[in-house]
Amino acid sequence: MLIRQKDELPSSEITPERLYYNRREFIRLAGSAGLGLVAQAVLPEQLAAQERWPKGRKGPFDTDDEVNTYKEITTYNNFYEFGTDKSDPASNAGRFNPKPWTIRIEGEIKKPATYNLEDFIKTSKFEDRIYRMRCVEGWSMVIPWRGFPLADLVNKVEPTSKAKFVAFETVYRPEEMPGQKRPFLRWPYVEGLRVDEAMNPLTLLATGLYGKDLPNQNGAPLRLVIPWKYGFKGIKSIVKIRFVEKEPPTSWNLAAPDEYGFYSNVNPNVDHPRWSQKTERRLGEFFKRKTLMFNGYSDQVAHLYSGMDLMKNY
Amino acid sequence: MTRSQTIRWVFKPTLFLSCLLPLALLVWNFLQDNLSANPLDDITDETGTWTLRFLMVTLSLTPLRKITGWSALQRFRRMVGLFAFFYGSLHFTTYLYFDKFFDFGEILADIPKRPFITVGFAALTTMVPLALTSNDRITKWMGGRRWKLLHRLVYVTAIGGVVHYLWLVKADTQRPLTYGAILAILLGYRLWDYWRPRVASRVNPLRSKGRLQPSLNGDEGDL
Repeated sequence: MLIRQKDELPSSEITPERLYYNRREFIRLAGSAGLGLVAQAVLPEQLAAQERWPKGRKGPFDTDDEVNTYKEITTYNNFYEFGTDKSDPASNAGRFNPKPWTIRIEGEIKKPATYNLEDFIKTSKFEDRIYRMRCVEGWSMVIPWRGFPLADLVNKVEPTSKAKFVAFETVYRPEEMPGQKRPFLRWPYVEGLRVDEAMNPLTLLATGLYGKDLPNQNGAPLRLVIPWKYGFKGIKSIVKIRFVEKEPPTSWNLAAPDEYGFYSNVNPNVDHPRWSQKTERRLGEFFKRKTLMFNGYSDQVAHLYSGMDLMKNY
Repeated sequence: MTRSQTIRWVFKPTLFLSCLLPLALLVWNFLQDNLSANPLDDITDETGTWTLRFLMVTLSLTPLRKITGWSALQRFRRMVGLFAFFYGSLHFTTYLYFDKFFDFGEILADIPKRPFITVGFAALTTMVPLALTSNDRITKWMGGRRWKLLHRLVYVTAIGGVVHYLWLVKADTQRPLTYGAILAILLGYRLWDYWRPRVASRVNPLRSKGRLQPSLNGDEGDL
């Protein structure tokens, strides 16, 4: 099974060498900020922002594409719970408190229960995975996630034969999430996968990126990562996972059913009704790239959709 | 300095430089790496937003003049309007370059296919004849009545601009609807201003007789 291959490269091998600083950036900052204590307090943060994931040995699921900077990943994203500008999550997520966190797992499984997140993931086997992330808006990033396969969780909770889909729900805290005070989406945010999609070894439950805990703006403390689907399928700050028999509702599909389907697989041949999906801008690059079928993960996932009309099941 | 000279040598240059400030700030922030991780999209968004803002300011000058009685406002209208065209052209250029890389085959396919591009392109196009007929000699040659009629196209431009914004957002329509509300007030004022003397003349035909004549003082009519 594919997932075993990953064991050849424990994350402990990557971790120690992780931090390396751009020398010129260091020199520039040090030179411009020779101002004693104040500068010293500011420097580490600025350096962390320029941090780049080291090149090195890659696991079987890792892309060779250049990884985006920590700053790019943590200051530019969509998380409408914190506002609709790409900078809003980073600006407005400060008040959000992801600790302690409980997660409810229920539905068609042997023993529905509410867990303390820390206890629940204590036995999970964490790995770093470098995935491409393609937003439905036409931009993309390469992100080193840290997490564990959703399949591990599915196996642990023992779904019944009736479990055909998995439904996810984001926390609802309008006091900490200002975007939830306005109803442009129906809150709380909901998402879903078919069980076979959930079991695919690429599907990750992430608790971190760049080897650190997830920042609030990226979906702390637990989020979904499905690299062959558009980014909005990667539901953030999950509080509930429910196994169900029928296809569950999904937030963007509810908001605009003709624009966002249940599957929302990255597909350059099916345009969004209002814009083309043929190309994408990788953040940090000037020219656009051709968007790849299933975001370049066809080998791992195309079989899930054999015989399906992807024009209809967009 | 006479009042007219003050406008010409003080107010107009100040306004001109102020209108360039959004662009200067954008360039500065780009060079300083203060924009987001997707600076090309920021430039597209900013130039688009400023096009709408300049259109709104252009359209608010006549109502402001009528309400405040400060006739000098009339003399800033052309400059602000041309800056709307300037920012609109920059916005369109970002689309041609950063989005399509001057692939004209792709562009020609894109414009009719995507409604928000279609209406945005149409709105920009309506500004071209307005910009071309904005100098004094052409205005004189056209004559006030025809010039005025042609320049009512700016209403179409502004409506097109707001619809373009409304159709491109994903879910949050608050900002485009805010521009829509402002535009509704600015156009609503004109309707009200147009009907007011006519309604009044029905009540008292003698009182408002003068208002029924086209009020063409010089080359610039009411817009």
